[in-house]
Amino acid sequence: MTTIDRIAHPVMRPARVVAAYVEEARAECLRYLRNPGFLLPTLLFPSVFYLMFGVFLGHANGPDAPKYLLASYGTFGVMAPGLFGFGVSLALERDTGLLTLKRALPMPPGAYLLGKMCMALLVVAIVAIIMLCLALFLGGVHLPPSRIATFFVLEVLGVLPFAALGLFIATLVKGQGAPGVVNLVYLPMAFLSGLWFPLSIMPGFLQAIAPLWPAYHLNRLALGAVGLGDGVVWTHVAALAGYTVAFVLIAARRLRRHG
Amino acid sequence: MNEDTRIARLSGVRKRYGTIVALDGIDLDIHRGELVALLGPNGAGKSTSIGLLLGLQRADEGDVTLFGGDPQDIATRRRIGVMLQAATLPATLKIGELLRLTASYYPAPRDLAECAGIAGVTDLLGRRYGDLSGGQQRRAQFAMAIVGRPDLLFLDEPTVGMDIDARQSLWAAIRRMLHEGCAVVLTTHYLEEAEALADRVCVIAKGRVVSQGSVDALRAHVALRRIRCVTTLEAGTVAAWPDVVKVDAQQGRLAIATPRAEAVVRRLLEADPALADLEVQRAGLAEAFQEITRESAIVEEAA
Repeated sequence: MTTIDRIAHPVMRPARVVAAYVEEARAECLRYLRNPGFLLPTLLFPSVFYLMFGVFLGHANGPDAPKYLLASYGTFGVMAPGLFGFGVSLALERDTGLLTLKRALPMPPGAYLLGKMCMALLVVAIVAIIMLCLALFLGGVHLPPSRIATFFVLEVLGVLPFAALGLFIATLVKGQGAPGVVNLVYLPMAFLSGLWFPLSIMPGFLQAIAPLWPAYHLNRLALGAVGLGDGVVWTHVAALAGYTVAFVLIAARRLRRHG
Repeated sequence: MNEDTRIARLSGVRKRYGTIVALDGIDLDIHRGELVALLGPNGAGKSTSIGLLLGLQRADEGDVTLFGGDPQDIATRRRIGVMLQAATLPATLKIGELLRLTASYYPAPRDLAECAGIAGVTDLLGRRYGDLSGGQQRRAQFAMAIVGRPDLLFLDEPTVGMDIDARQSLWAAIRRMLHEGCAVVLTTHYLEEAEALADRVCVIAKGRVVSQGSVDALRAHVALRRIRCVTTLEAGTVAAWPDVVKVDAQQGRLAIATPRAEAVVRRLLEADPALADLEVQRAGLAEAFQEITRESAIVEEAA
């Protein structure tokens, strides 16, 4: 009897499986772009800070300040979509039963996480475009097209380590406690990585531990992209890639165990 | 029962959460095209049974099969539809978008307009999930459950929060799915729902099936009838009569439970010539259910 039932399993054509991944990503993007509680802070915090400190007050700190702060606030803007869009939303959905329903439905493996990743990439792309527009049209920053392109690509891909970190946090805390925990990571890391004040004016100890934070490495790369870097690239890329892989692996193990 | 028609099975399944035994060697078969209602008090093991059949958890012991395969295999789950009571869906997505997304998981989904028609959500397709009433949300979830043309549908408390009309129309939709040959596993707290829909009722208590059969068979299991009347007789007096199992007094009315209604009615009429508003009812599923779970508790204590 079971053989008949086995044969009778309907076959899912590869094109339909791909379509399922696309639909999942589309639904994730739509639902967050329609959620002002997520979208507005994510877009406004980095751009308003940059407008205030980079554009209006920037020139008081020297001619390179708007450029320097484009990198810092750009990095700051990359962190939120990863940590909140990925981490907090996953933590909440583990609690509300949505993830359980998705696991019961024949959703292709990983479609849910890939969908969230696409959403985070899209939101970061919007943040990057806003920041570049403010810098180029209001901040008087001059960058050749190649540097603009590098900065944009770096920002978009730069969300991945933070999405991975958010994923990891979401496996530790679920439900309403998650936003608080994420903020405890997000704001101190931004400060300790030198996104608000240059590391050079901070105590030596804080400067020494800065390489522990993923945001520090992304910020160094962003400074390089706008032409203020120290030429070191691959160390930072390797650090970010390492963080991403490590967080994803630990999170995947925890999710498999605890659901 | 016939092996050829079996599509899902729990066989000797045990599941423990820490020190709590959720399932204690449960056996349950689901056959093609039937509606099985799982009844039982909270914590009896209904949700765990369903969780295992959906592949959400693994059994500690015993076999769990779905269409002859493993429920954790996505190919077997492409033949099921699911409506979970506890799931909160994305509030900012429109019903049409939720349906389209769910349809994309299945190889040959139903036409979305047809699906919306069956579930009664045609006029809600353009509305956001978060803007709907509880009953409308349940209907939308039902639409998502049937969009993949499932052979087996899991409905977890499908009509919670619905008014009577909405409940009746969802029942009609469930009957339509049965008509198309889809089997349904229903968990519900509304016994009249099981009474209205189920081919078979399984009562689960303490992690095992303690009784199963048709609704009529289950009712017959309990021979009690219920007599109601307005009388001046004291509840205590009537309770002392032979064959009277239980007497409840509510606002001048007595509710008497007895296996021999005829004898008790005769005596009632003799004792109180002014007796009025006499009603005699067969025990409903509610009484049967209480009786069965009580019996299994007594057996448990005796053991």
